[in-house]
Amino acid sequence: MTDTIRFRLNGAPVSLETDGTRTLLWVLRTDLALTGTKYGCGMGLCGSCTVLVDGRAVRSCQTDLASVQGKEVTTIEGLAPAGRLDPLQQAFHDEGGFQCGYCTPGMILGAHALLAANPHPTREQIVQGLEGHLCRCGAHQRIIAAIETASGQRGGHHE
Amino acid sequence: MSKARNLRGAAHDAAAGATAAEPAALAGALRMPRRDFVKALGGGILVLVSLPPALTGASGSAEQRRGYPTDVNAYLHIAEDGQVTLFSGKIEMGQGVMTSLTQMAAEDLGVALASVHIVMGDTASCPWDAGTWGSMTTRFFGPAVRAAAAQARLILTDLAAQRLGVPRSALTVEDGVVFVTGHRDRRVTYGELARGQAISHTVDERAVLRSAREFAIMGRSPKRLDGAEKVTGAAKYAADLRLPGMLYARIVRPPAHGATARGLNTAEAEAVSGVRVVNVDGLVAVLAPDPETAERAVKLVRGRFETAPPAFDSESVFDHLVQAAPDTRTTESAGDVDAARRDSARTFDVTYRHPYVAHAAIEPHAALAEVRDGKATVWASTQAPFSLQPQIARALGFRVEDVRVITPYVGGGFGGKAPGQQAVEAARLAQAAGRPVQVAWTRAEEFFYDTFDPAAVVHIVSGMDADGRLTLWDYQVYAAGERATEVFYDVPNRRVRVSGSGGGEGAGAGAASYHPFGVGPWRAPGANTNRFAAEQQIDAMASAAGVDPLEFRLRNTKDARMLRVLRAVAEAAGWRPDVAPRRTGRGRGLACGLDAGSYVAHVAEVTVDRATGHVQVERVVCAQDMGIVVNPDGAKMQIEGAITMGLGYSLAEEVRFQGGRVETANFDTYALPRFSWVPRIETVLVPNDDLAPQGGGEPAIVCMGAVIANAIFDATGARMLRLPMTPERVLAEIRKA
Repeated sequence: MTDTIRFRLNGAPVSLETDGTRTLLWVLRTDLALTGTKYGCGMGLCGSCTVLVDGRAVRSCQTDLASVQGKEVTTIEGLAPAGRLDPLQQAFHDEGGFQCGYCTPGMILGAHALLAANPHPTREQIVQGLEGHLCRCGAHQRIIAAIETASGQRGGHHE
Repeated sequence: MSKARNLRGAAHDAAAGATAAEPAALAGALRMPRRDFVKALGGGILVLVSLPPALTGASGSAEQRRGYPTDVNAYLHIAEDGQVTLFSGKIEMGQGVMTSLTQMAAEDLGVALASVHIVMGDTASCPWDAGTWGSMTTRFFGPAVRAAAAQARLILTDLAAQRLGVPRSALTVEDGVVFVTGHRDRRVTYGELARGQAISHTVDERAVLRSAREFAIMGRSPKRLDGAEKVTGAAKYAADLRLPGMLYARIVRPPAHGATARGLNTAEAEAVSGVRVVNVDGLVAVLAPDPETAERAVKLVRGRFETAPPAFDSESVFDHLVQAAPDTRTTESAGDVDAARRDSARTFDVTYRHPYVAHAAIEPHAALAEVRDGKATVWASTQAPFSLQPQIARALGFRVEDVRVITPYVGGGFGGKAPGQQAVEAARLAQAAGRPVQVAWTRAEEFFYDTFDPAAVVHIVSGMDADGRLTLWDYQVYAAGERATEVFYDVPNRRVRVSGSGGGEGAGAGAASYHPFGVGPWRAPGANTNRFAAEQQIDAMASAAGVDPLEFRLRNTKDARMLRVLRAVAEAAGWRPDVAPRRTGRGRGLACGLDAGSYVAHVAEVTVDRATGHVQVERVVCAQDMGIVVNPDGAKMQIEGAITMGLGYSLAEEVRFQGGRVETANFDTYALPRFSWVPRIETVLVPNDDLAPQGGGEPAIVCMGAVIANAIFDATGARMLRLPMTPERVLAEIRKA
């Protein structure tokens, strides 16, 4: 069954002729060639497929394409238009908030949604906000530091 | 497939996305006799390094190295435009060696970090390498890189001496510029020196490495070179690569280990639009133009499976491992353990158990294969591109030199990406389909085909005299292997026996009857099991002797490096002498170990909820002596990562299985450490610049089980002899204590 799905993706309009029951994750990764959004578990358990839909963090592996009809979808590729890093990206880079980098896009977008809702979260709130994101390399301590830096709560060395 | 509008085309070239987008000429050039390499590279200066096989982990197998210069282990190329390229068979999986290897090359060559480009894990352009594991990159490959760089610097300064008409001793090198000391205007750049040259040189003994005191780039912590790509989503992993016409595979899998297909009906799957089903000698796969269609179709395959499940499950496996242990060897022996057993004032006879543990990298295994014109190119998430290459060649009936393995960024390995099953599958399917094929495992496949850290049993009989001095250490380990069993305590009567090979010894294939599924190396293979047992045993003896755990250890070893890390961790943690257990619900533990040439000691502080058994690790302090530290921040990241990962096997991780079925198939049933688990982590790098760099990726994980167990003991009086220390088990032991 073919539907017409229109939404904004990283600031630009998109129109797809496809089955609306398809999963956002795979449409992003295959049809739209945006591979920064990662598959990790396929069940919404790890957070590596996280994208923003109207600014809220969603698990794209659990999201039907039709559900983003008319909405604004932001992937990691949309966070640094024209190559200028988002403060969170800069802070992850500066603080070493990554190792293998595979969970990083989802982690940054999860943190982005967290800061959008709460610009100055406490450490506890950061921990709670990211509890659903898994990082196997164990970069947690530096991820928290990066989010604190990006939210202006540490003397970070980013601009 | 859908039609995308207002966006760039969906297909992007895999080669452009891979880490090694080198000119095709390079691949050919490196198969030429050595003297021709450098010409094919477009001139300049090429430095080769010859290392003894023992240092590179090479098996010495000629077949594995066929097509490559057999005596060469590292290349450094200085092009005519001054561009420096380091070729490394090692791969980047998060451990930061892309940065640290580049630092080492830049340091000894005398150029800025940004001047060095690194190519990693491409069998066509990089020197042969056994694989990236065992904390060996910095220890063993690092010196080769530094030697190549120092040699290049020597060649370049000799050329500069001729050009400038002064002796070499009158020259200074800075950021790739050679000038007469004190006369910066009498200068020549590396690029100018390389121009018109075609020098190919093997490292000799004249090149001198810079000393730690001279370091300008090593010993510092530049931002990671992979950082920008990783925070922007631009970093490509194997499953991110696309080739025109590629198909996505889903493979028909058995429901349980020990199950064999006795008839598959694929008609319904084949009826799905766009789907092909291929059967390559029993490897049955659904191929589709997108992953979701493949997923939908593979579920339509009807199969009958005959099962022959193993006779044991995740509870009974421990008895099996002891009873069925295939062989026993004695790795250490001194004094008379039988006499000591009789004569010791007190003896302690304890058995410890470790379950199967998954690698659970967040990136599942993936590979993209293209087979065309009798040649195969495979982009794979692998820790061992050069051992994958002959595996793929055998599977395809190709010559090794007709297979190229390219390693993009790897999303976590921990030993789990040493075998290359998914890459062989992709290659076989691509050959059969005549189209490029991607195999990307689902999380359930990941938990089924992972080569797990083996379940293991350790039995220790130890003894001490009336003054709390060790008299006996009779150590027997089943299925974990011997790593980190070395007795660094002073014990006159000791014996270490190792039964059954551990995951680190390649037990994967031959282990079928001993283990119910594949096992293999898992971050510091066997060392986690061995330190969990040994350091609890020591702790229990300290308690029985009425001696502070730190004092007990200091009293029983003369190993200077161990004494230093123990004192360093105690100082950093603010350790105050006391005897465990204090049974206050809060506890602290101490543990130490020796792994991959590095010494580590940890202090952990925990809170135990005596009503629920829940353990919260509040703080972990780690002191590590790893010789010269190439990149202090990178080293600390590895230590923090090891400590955090270690929380998992200590507190929660256990592969549960029954009747050959793996019951823990995703992160809802197999728990990984989460943000709320993570303690305050403090790291101390104990300086030791007289020693070459030692292992960094693994040592700090090996004590985590023991240090937490010892802290739980202090908090509650309960001894945790089985991993993981789940709330249920902690509660049960508290009730017994």
